[in-house]
Amino acid sequence: MTHLIIFLFFGALCLAGAVNLLVQRHPINSALSLVVVMGSLAVEYLLLGAEFVAAVQVIVYAGAVMVLFVFVIMLLNAGEEVRTKGSRVAMLFGIPGMLVGSALVGWVLIERTGSQTVAAGALPGAPRTIGWLLFHNFLLPFEVTSILVLIAIMGAVVLASHPDTDSGKKKS
Amino acid sequence: MAQTIPQGVEYVRILPEIVLSLFGMVIMVLDPLVDERSTQKLLGLIALIGSVAAIAATLYQSQFPGLGFWGMVKVDGFSTFFHILVTAIAAVVILSSFEYMQVQQIRAGEYYGLILFGAVGMCLMSSAVELVLIFIALETSSISTYVLAGFRRRAAISSEASLKYFLLGSFATAFFLYGVALMFGATGSTSISVIAQALRLSPVPVLAYAGIAFMFVGLGFKVAAAPFHVWTPDVYEGAPAPVVGFMSTAPKAAAFAVLLRVMFESNAPGRLWLIWVAAALSMTLGNVGALVQQNVKRLLAYSSIAHAGYLLVAFAALANNGIPAAMFYTASYAAMNVGAFAVVSHLAGAGERYVTLDDYAGLGRRSPLLAATLTIFLLSLIGIPMTGGFFAKFYVFSAALQANLVGLTIIGVLNSAVGAYYYLRIIVVMYMREAREEVPAIPVSPALGAALGISVAATLYLGLLPGRVLEYASRSAAELLH
Amino acid sequence: MVPISYYLVLSGILFACGVTGFLIKRNIISIFMSIELMLNGVNLSFVAFAAQWHALSGQIFVFFVMVVAAAEAAVGLAIIIAVYRTRETLNIDQVDLLKL
Repeated sequence: MTHLIIFLFFGALCLAGAVNLLVQRHPINSALSLVVVMGSLAVEYLLLGAEFVAAVQVIVYAGAVMVLFVFVIMLLNAGEEVRTKGSRVAMLFGIPGMLVGSALVGWVLIERTGSQTVAAGALPGAPRTIGWLLFHNFLLPFEVTSILVLIAIMGAVVLASHPDTDSGKKKS
Repeated sequence: MAQTIPQGVEYVRILPEIVLSLFGMVIMVLDPLVDERSTQKLLGLIALIGSVAAIAATLYQSQFPGLGFWGMVKVDGFSTFFHILVTAIAAVVILSSFEYMQVQQIRAGEYYGLILFGAVGMCLMSSAVELVLIFIALETSSISTYVLAGFRRRAAISSEASLKYFLLGSFATAFFLYGVALMFGATGSTSISVIAQALRLSPVPVLAYAGIAFMFVGLGFKVAAAPFHVWTPDVYEGAPAPVVGFMSTAPKAAAFAVLLRVMFESNAPGRLWLIWVAAALSMTLGNVGALVQQNVKRLLAYSSIAHAGYLLVAFAALANNGIPAAMFYTASYAAMNVGAFAVVSHLAGAGERYVTLDDYAGLGRRSPLLAATLTIFLLSLIGIPMTGGFFAKFYVFSAALQANLVGLTIIGVLNSAVGAYYYLRIIVVMYMREAREEVPAIPVSPALGAALGISVAATLYLGLLPGRVLEYASRSAAELLH
Repeated sequence: MVPISYYLVLSGILFACGVTGFLIKRNIISIFMSIELMLNGVNLSFVAFAAQWHALSGQIFVFFVMVVAAAEAAVGLAIIIAVYRTRETLNIDQVDLLKL
């Protein structure tokens, strides 16, 4: 019972954050709502027994990644967004399509999984087992992520540096 | 007894990727050390050696087929085919970039590194048999192409192209991931062979249908198939021309490889109507859109949407004919499109000023050889006999007919006729119209000449002697299915 | 005891919110945040399915999604800075040199 109450409370918090992200006009408010979503999701992960995922969610996602967002919002001094007409086509086809799609998926999810329940901490995702899997069965993807991160670093350096550092002006 | 470290032969199964990453890292380290002037040539040369070494590594690797890294990668005829295709495209694009980078005055160290690292992802996409690895490889290839698209940093349209590509690409990635999650929910595994076993049992869970649909949306974005093609013309117009040659062929070929694996090897349910609609829409929207374009890069972008449609026709066909047809098509499309964009990148000039049809007027007189080369590529894109494009279309449509897809074949053939119009328009402009203003003619550099020579040779080879490649493709398709 | 489908529906709603945000938001950074919201929805369904199947590979997948999201954030924000430098705007409707 307490399990259900905790789920409902943080689920509602999570949804409130998501809706607030959509409604808020200032990007900084949206960013903070996203932090709320991520924080409450971490609690849901704990309920599902994924302790390590929950910890990483708070430290890496809500912590590091969101700090990056807030930093860029501040750096570019982003103001309130102006609600323009936008891409009408996207609104016209996108939103009905999204509604139909999500209704369909929702139906499939309920239909398929039925009323199968899960106790709190059903699948212990302790760091020890996670680490074993990560460096054993998933060793190759893990190593490939290092290439991915390398690309991200190179890309960020290339794109964010000033264009005038091109063509020999740097080493004058 | 579970082994704790991979055995020696397993490293051979990722040897091309190791070679590419090593060369990429060497470029990264050397980039700040070498002198600015020699940077271009030296780093480009290292990248070229790296991609050629990767081709050699692939050939060596093909002697050791099998699974590696606890069922993560699988070396077979199929993966070898796409490894060679991707690394060859990278090599030709690097060759055609030397001159472009000099003309545009872009510091190119990271450029070559990103091409090599991107090629790592694309190679892995074709050999990965685990959705985790497929996802990481897909992202490796995508993120490097997002950055490459924005490489002309002084041009506002280049960063805009990069932004559009990035936003829509990440959006598509999220869809692909949701599909993977649903597939995992339906079968309880992320390994393609386990998924295939689970899906062979009837009844197929409804969740798997939803999963396949979402994954198809994500991959459809990556291969620019309609209705997920809206980004293509904008991104191709804004991105640097050699990069467009790269990203319209290599990541696409890799994404098609993933589609082939996911759709056929995992025995995916309900794929037919999904692909039918996407193929018909892509062919029609691509060809109709191309009719009115004045910018050559935009025109070729719409043409690439149409070609993605022809390729999807092969997916709708039966597996044993469709897979070799699709493989042949990716190879011949890569040959002609890389070549066409190499010509475009040469003619573009500083700041990419000369990219409209009017700038191509009188090219037949100004530089007859270049015009003749472009004509070969365009004829191949139409599908004229003696070029690779002809047999590509021929195999695809005959595979479709064997699967009784008469409607789709008729749509395809009609579209090919429409497509002939706008390709011929470029040829007519080149030979029949006088240049209105003086467009400076830059002599073709030896590296670009080599790139064009390779593309022409590949296009003609596939058009005159398609037997060996097709036979190889059929054999590896049979391997894939059993 | 909470049914698995509750978690899945929550994740579906989060994903749909992300899609809606992608379509209606006009600020580039907010659009990007909507994509992050979609990824969070996906992560929740991975963890829920992992609990249902007792397969830890679902939880492993979440780590990879997080790494990719971080890498995408680094590149994406750099692209946004590059666009801002040339256009001095963050409104997607004003980034319109290329006609859509």
